[in-house]
Amino acid sequence: MLLLESSAFSLVTPDWGLVAWTTIIFLLLWLLLGKYAFKPIAKSLEDRQNSIDDALSQAEKAREEIASLKADNEKILREAREERAQIIKEAKDQAKRIVDEANDKAKDEIAKKHSDAIAEINNQKMAAIMEVKNMIGAETVKLAENVLSRELSDKSSQEAFIAQEVSKINLN
Amino acid sequence: MTNMQKRKKINLAVTFIFSLLLSFSLFAGGGDKANKGHAAGKDHKHGTHAGHSHDKHADGHDHHGHDDGEFDVTGTILHHIADANGFHVGGDVYIPLPCMIYNTTHGKFDMFMSNNFGHVSHGNGEQTYKAGSGMEYKLVADRIKPVDGSNIIDFSITKNVFGMLLGSLILCLIFFSVAKACRKNEGKKPTGLQNAMEPFVNFVVEDIAKPNIGHKYMKFVPYLCTVFFFILVLNLLGLIPFFPGSANVTGNIAVTLVLSVITFLLTNLNGSKDYWMHIFNPPVPMLLKPPLALLEFIGIFTKPFALMIRLFANISAGHIIILSLVSLVFIFGKMGASMAGAGAGAAIAVPFVLFMNCIELLVAFLQAFIFTLLSALFIGLAVEEHDHH
Amino acid sequence: MGGGLAAIGAGLAVIGAGLGIGQIGKGACEGTARQPEAGGDIRTTMIIAAALIEGAALFGVVVALLKN
Repeated sequence: MLLLESSAFSLVTPDWGLVAWTTIIFLLLWLLLGKYAFKPIAKSLEDRQNSIDDALSQAEKAREEIASLKADNEKILREAREERAQIIKEAKDQAKRIVDEANDKAKDEIAKKHSDAIAEINNQKMAAIMEVKNMIGAETVKLAENVLSRELSDKSSQEAFIAQEVSKINLN
Repeated sequence: MTNMQKRKKINLAVTFIFSLLLSFSLFAGGGDKANKGHAAGKDHKHGTHAGHSHDKHADGHDHHGHDDGEFDVTGTILHHIADANGFHVGGDVYIPLPCMIYNTTHGKFDMFMSNNFGHVSHGNGEQTYKAGSGMEYKLVADRIKPVDGSNIIDFSITKNVFGMLLGSLILCLIFFSVAKACRKNEGKKPTGLQNAMEPFVNFVVEDIAKPNIGHKYMKFVPYLCTVFFFILVLNLLGLIPFFPGSANVTGNIAVTLVLSVITFLLTNLNGSKDYWMHIFNPPVPMLLKPPLALLEFIGIFTKPFALMIRLFANISAGHIIILSLVSLVFIFGKMGASMAGAGAGAAIAVPFVLFMNCIELLVAFLQAFIFTLLSALFIGLAVEEHDHH
Repeated sequence: MGGGLAAIGAGLAVIGAGLGIGQIGKGACEGTARQPEAGGDIRTTMIIAAALIEGAALFGVVVALLKN
């Protein structure tokens, strides 16, 4: 029983040699592992956590940026499309205007030529009339001269003469 | 290429451990041979002493009930969970460990191997040993005692010290390689051992240190990690029933005493003003202040004391239960007299021991977790600074 | 004689601790059932409380062991 008691008692009585060894071993282990293993490992874990967080938030930001870029692109595209339509419309208008202008000009030209022609014709006509008038005058004078130069005795011969003279007037 | 290197390194580690074990066992064999001669010579010189001690040990054997057919359960169990100066591998194979004795009465220091006590049976040496300094020692109930009754301090490398050294070696091998991998793989995904061990470290940091200590947690991470893995690896080594393990380290009160004293010192050396104010000047009516302050003051010591007892008792209790179940074989078998009884005992004991071992695996993790968690909690309570409203 | 009394003392300590830890387990179960999202916190608190009670019980067991 003596042995048993001493065994049981030793179970709850710390052995000071073992206390000393435990202290030495544990403190050394704490120093070594703490400084060269656990601190770097914990630090690298924290760093990795931070870098993952950063990467995720950056990805989120990039996604937002892309979305906004896409929106911008669409806006630009829409604007470009509108501008194109505008330009085409303007070009068409201009073309129409040019054509119209050309048409108007041609018409005016034609009208002017027409009126010029009419004026020319009138001028020619007037000139012809004047010439006819001059010719008639000259012939009349000549006739009168002839009439006057002959002896105005005989009536019949006078009349025949007039008729002869009149027939001589060539009104070509 | 890296894989080859890794394999080489693992091979190196394994070779190292095995050579360590081998050298120990060789040392044991050599020691045995050398000591046989020694002991014979010694018997000549100190015949009377040797004879005396032999008589005593015959008594001791009787107490153990080894010889009279009756199996002494309590004695066997207590012997197996106690510390010892050597490993019994099985049969007569005994791995001795170095003994270092400082005799405070005579101021003498001795160092010798434990197989100098001759054949060691159940913690009792066969013969006394006259050490180099002239002091005579005997081995009784796993304790080295001087024959003349003087006071000694036993600094021997016992089973437990050996276990702690082995555990520390394992931890160093694992975590130095993990730390190296962390440095090398910075910013990359972890692989292999690093991948296996990082969750544990992360668990201690994120689930134990951070929520309980607060923003000053980084300062205590090395201690909490060390204590967690130290307890865990020794709990697991203690569950191995044969040579490299088998030392009941965390079930020894000396070990848990040191761990809890370190927690106690860390707690109180880092105590904030608020912590001490809360203890000596609790926010209660004047009349209640003195008794409450006294209680709080006692609480400073009972918290780490409970920490010490909890770990010690949990691990020891687990070992006691398993050993009790194994003892069934010997109780029913009447120390080899009844093979049928032994068979029946084994049939009952084996499934129960298997079950208990599974529970013990859980307990090994749980107790390491609880010790670390409560340490973090106490430290957290001490370093916490209340913002005064 | 002393051993028997010590065993009874250890048994009593175990009864007390068993009842206490059972209550904790019951409370934790109910709490988790009511608020499953707080399960993690409840589990940690449960383990701490159980460990504290167990510590008290182990005092009894150790004293019983001492008197064995």
